[in-house]
Amino acid sequence: METFLQQLVNGISQGSAYALIALGYTMVYGVLRLINFAHSDVYMFGAFMGYYIANSTLGLALGPSIPGAILVMVGSMALCACLGILIERFAYRPGRSPSPFTLSFWFGILGAGFGQLLGGTLVSVALGALAGAVLGFVLEKVGLKPKPQSSHLKLLIIAIGVSFFLENGGQQVFGADPKFFPQIIPNRSIDVGGVSLDTQKLTVLGVALLLMILLNVVVHYTKTGKAMRAVSFNLDTAKLMGINTDRIIAFTFALGSALAGAGGILVTLMYPRIDPLMGIMPGLKAFVAAVLGGIGNITGAMIGGLIIGLAEVMAVGYGQSTYRDAIAFVILVLILLLKPTGIMGKGMVEKV
Amino acid sequence: MSDVMLQLKGVSSGYGAIEALRGIDMSVTRGEIVTLIGANGAGKSTTLRNITGLVPATAGEIVFEGKRLNGMPAHEIVKLGISMVPEGRQIFANLSVAENLDMGAYLQKDKAEIARQLERVYTLFPRLAERRKQLGGTLSGGEQQMLAIGRAMMARPRLLLLDEPSLGLAPILVKTILSAMDEINREGTTILLVEQNANAALKHSHRGYVLETGSIVMEGRSSDLAADPRVKEAYLGEK
Repeated sequence: METFLQQLVNGISQGSAYALIALGYTMVYGVLRLINFAHSDVYMFGAFMGYYIANSTLGLALGPSIPGAILVMVGSMALCACLGILIERFAYRPGRSPSPFTLSFWFGILGAGFGQLLGGTLVSVALGALAGAVLGFVLEKVGLKPKPQSSHLKLLIIAIGVSFFLENGGQQVFGADPKFFPQIIPNRSIDVGGVSLDTQKLTVLGVALLLMILLNVVVHYTKTGKAMRAVSFNLDTAKLMGINTDRIIAFTFALGSALAGAGGILVTLMYPRIDPLMGIMPGLKAFVAAVLGGIGNITGAMIGGLIIGLAEVMAVGYGQSTYRDAIAFVILVLILLLKPTGIMGKGMVEKV
Repeated sequence: MSDVMLQLKGVSSGYGAIEALRGIDMSVTRGEIVTLIGANGAGKSTTLRNITGLVPATAGEIVFEGKRLNGMPAHEIVKLGISMVPEGRQIFANLSVAENLDMGAYLQKDKAEIARQLERVYTLFPRLAERRKQLGGTLSGGEQQMLAIGRAMMARPRLLLLDEPSLGLAPILVKTILSAMDEINREGTTILLVEQNANAALKHSHRGYVLETGSIVMEGRSSDLAADPRVKEAYLGEK
């Protein structure tokens, strides 16, 4: 019984972290009908930003304390929100409706890559980026414009590209070797009837719960939240209300990315090893959680996250730890066979 | 006929290779109800989608109160005072009736004015007031149409565009909806009505245009159009 309660606590902590990440998938799917594969890398980015903030002068001065933890948390969430907005602005929005300089931007990135390959110095990277940007600009001027036609397949491929970009960019910038996340909250453990509750798990639970309540308030009681729901129902009709849908979509990315950043910090409280590819597995599991709950449904993502977290911890606790990663995908197969719309999902009405 | 509110000059539009509009000219004068009738696929909805900015016009000019609308994003056009009741009503099914109306007032800042306008909508359609807490998706077709019109009115438009408001409604409800439209017009809102139900549309409007495969083939006072033998034969089912 005590083991079961202990596993329950572990599972709920793990699950609430998955739920936070799943929310980003589900919200972006809601407004764009897009699986944002780069979301798992935003989670990774959040963990790294937390790492750098905690190791900054201010972070070190505060040490493992509540103000220190808040600084790491809020700072990382804010930076993730910015990354989310950048991804939306420079990758997905041009995929929906191209804007000037899109080619310049991406040719610039390509050029920077070549500069890195050929010279390997900061100057060669900068020159490459400049040359690429100019080339993109010229190509756009002579009429090689990105096509405005939006399609789900196009956005999906862009998503996979952004994900690779962030993972490999992360290995370049942060280094491929794993790093160890410093302790940001004082570590204490209390024993409640044989169940050990440590400050890490309690923090994960408390913060996840608080963020989910906040999200619910934003989505249901604010004007922007209502606009998000309107956009997720029908983009064109939302425009007819005078809603700047691009801004709402960007806001949705910011919100989802901030939650992924929070998820990144919370998971590293429990598992402090971070590396640029750390997002892949939790990202996939959170995606499964979103599908399980009914993609596009916020409550569903929370429930799905908890179920995946609990199932995983129970499978490890009572079965074999080698099945840890398999369990989420078994659940995915089952849900796709039995109720493809997910627990909270309603049958999608095909729009005509 | 001096106070022209909306003018379309040589407007063409299309989807890919399909040309939906071939250089149409039309105008709406302040205070009027103008109707645009025509068969399925004639380009009526495209005309409205061009005006609201949902679909870009490929040629020609659209001018509203002296401002050129071409190239403006849809949400900016709403700001100028044009609201549309879209085809198929497009109620936000996942939002309550009250929230749907809230969305209509998205750009309105003045709380007192929003409350006044909400009162006006509830007076026009008392049924909506009874169901304000219900989800939009649970309303009947007629109620959804009322909500769609009410939602558009929340933006306090000077020009209201209606796309097939009678579609799929029982005759008694068509009457209710069109009478409400007349009432809205009497209170000072100019209206452009797109309809397949030519009979009802011509009865409830001052002037009309007949659209056929992307071109305007006739125009004139609604009573004259209704009496025209060609219109009678093609659209009113008389011989």
